[in-house]
Amino acid sequence: MELFFNPFDNLLCILLGISFTVWFTLLLVFIIVPAIFGVSFGIRRLYMKTLLKIFEWATLRIERGAKEKNHHLYKPYSNAIIAKEPTSLEEEIKEIRRSGSNKDLDSATEFEMSDIFYFARRGVESIMDDEVTKRFTAEELESWNLLTRSNNNFQYISLRLTVLWWLGLLIRYGFLLPLRVTLAFTGVSLLVFLTSLIGLLPNGRLKNFLSEKVHLMCYRICVRALTAIITYHDSENKPKNGGICVANHTSPIDVIILASDGCYAMVGQIHGGLMGVIQRSMVKACPHVWFERSEVKDRHLVAKRLSDHVQDKSKLPILIFPEGTCINNTSVMMFKKGSFDIGATVYPVAIKYDPRFGDAFWNSSKFGMVNYLLHMMSSWAIVCSVWYLPPMSREEGEDAVQFANRVKAAIARKGGLVDLLWDGGLKREKVKDTFKEEQQKLYSKMLVGTQEDRSRS
Amino acid sequence: MSSVGCSEPKVQPLCSNCSFDVAAGHLQGERQSAVCFCRNMGSSSSDMKTVPNSQELMEETGFSAAHLFRLYERFEFLDKDNKGHLRPEDFEAVQELSTNPIRDRIIGSFFPPGQETADFPTFVRILAHFRPTEKSRTRGDQPEPANSSTGKLKFAFQLYDQDRDGKISKDELLQVLRAMLEMQVTEEQLQSMAERAIQEADLDKDKAISFEEFRKTLEKVDTDQKMSSRFMK
Repeated sequence: MELFFNPFDNLLCILLGISFTVWFTLLLVFIIVPAIFGVSFGIRRLYMKTLLKIFEWATLRIERGAKEKNHHLYKPYSNAIIAKEPTSLEEEIKEIRRSGSNKDLDSATEFEMSDIFYFARRGVESIMDDEVTKRFTAEELESWNLLTRSNNNFQYISLRLTVLWWLGLLIRYGFLLPLRVTLAFTGVSLLVFLTSLIGLLPNGRLKNFLSEKVHLMCYRICVRALTAIITYHDSENKPKNGGICVANHTSPIDVIILASDGCYAMVGQIHGGLMGVIQRSMVKACPHVWFERSEVKDRHLVAKRLSDHVQDKSKLPILIFPEGTCINNTSVMMFKKGSFDIGATVYPVAIKYDPRFGDAFWNSSKFGMVNYLLHMMSSWAIVCSVWYLPPMSREEGEDAVQFANRVKAAIARKGGLVDLLWDGGLKREKVKDTFKEEQQKLYSKMLVGTQEDRSRS
Repeated sequence: MSSVGCSEPKVQPLCSNCSFDVAAGHLQGERQSAVCFCRNMGSSSSDMKTVPNSQELMEETGFSAAHLFRLYERFEFLDKDNKGHLRPEDFEAVQELSTNPIRDRIIGSFFPPGQETADFPTFVRILAHFRPTEKSRTRGDQPEPANSSTGKLKFAFQLYDQDRDGKISKDELLQVLRAMLEMQVTEEQLQSMAERAIQEADLDKDKAISFEEFRKTLEKVDTDQKMSSRFMK
């Protein structure tokens, strides 16, 4: 009986050995080598086109199926429940009063009981639906991309669709996920290992050259680990030394996306664990700006270190995300003014993800980092566009806040995102009282204004 | 440079139906027109099964099935710890509400005196006050619908009348004025505004405004329109 099993065992071993070798060779040839040299075979774009065709078919099939069974497709959050009036406080209250009295408005008296209608209605409307919280949930899709997590209509429609979905599941979790995890692992460990090696070299041109190459290579491997298909536009505006690069923030992956096309000095807080190891080894090869936890609160220290770095022309441009938190990629929120105060040239960059293939938004209140990475690596792909905008500097008579808003508007316009006034920090904290005061000011201007008119006449 | 997918940023087209911008990503073929799916808000039995007491609520408040479902989603969104009911703190998630000077009163209207929690029916009943008024639905013994003129006026009245004694005293009026104006005017101005308002409305000279007097003062104001929100079909 033993004799019977032995050749079988051997065969199995040989088969496994061969498949591993083939696997690793393919990996090397198609992914790692191109990453090192920065070329691309175009496989990912072909993949993307195929996927798009499949998604279209799937969505049309669902809609046809839903029509046949007379269900109505439910599209959550694709529109609001109410339409908000864009009129101002003054207009509305005047309207209310006009309808209520026959008196001539100029001699209209001050406070009216009906004024409260305006505030009540606005308040209740915002309870029913509000702009800000919409920005913090993942953007809803029109077409279904074969990921159940983005579809609320998933019910049995047809055999083919279900088979396709299962196939998709198999491919994503059985093939793509392990592949990507291996790649990510390779990329990160190469980064840590090589940068530590380079750190041993004396400072000089060789070190900078090598560090640049190593960083680029490892980021490119990571990009392939996520199957990110990135299109860079206007590369002539790429950030140069001594400048600050600002971009809108959707997920931690933004860093990898930008850094695989150019070398930047990162800014951030030193973490513990794996992140910390990576950060510490990166800083050996080229100067990044890492802060200790305690230093982060000290604004002056932060500003000083940043401006010192910026003034040294031999150091790489700094990469900063002024929104301070991850937004769901439909809008750009208020930029924190700190980085605009330093006085260096600002190179704005707009990043826009294509949500059809996988939602890159990190809702940090809902998912942890590991969960998020798992989601990312089991999506089909991450497709995004990066636009490098021409450099901007602070003009005469412009303060940091105005400058920040100007940059924000440019980024929003280029990326096709909505330019919102709200502070991204509102996601976590409560609104400052200044906003409430503004409403009060507006209202009182109306009332007190008329009072002054009366006293004059 | 080859650019596939979203290469040039499109100016977001507006849906001709609901005037909101259409989500990114259009399919080829029949979906090229810039219309979002707002018209597909029909009722679907598989959706309604998750909303408790939906039939009764629909009859009572007059909300359509689709709107009720949206409000239920909103309710669940505000109820972050999945308690099944709302507390006053849950309303702090609504940023726009924080800029409203009478925010506390509006939140308070969801919690009748003595109650600290608001369940979904309560939530919907309050919101129903802002539905547009319909031609009279009253069938004799039926209670006044929330979105009638009287219902809306009652809602506005209780925003003033916090102690629920049926009258708006000068003090209560002052409190509202203070909330709406705070730092912007002097105390004397506030006092004079309150005095004047009470003088105008107070018919039986008891230095307070009852609901009837309130209604009389506002009889010319188009309450139906001003206290209604525009709901999407």
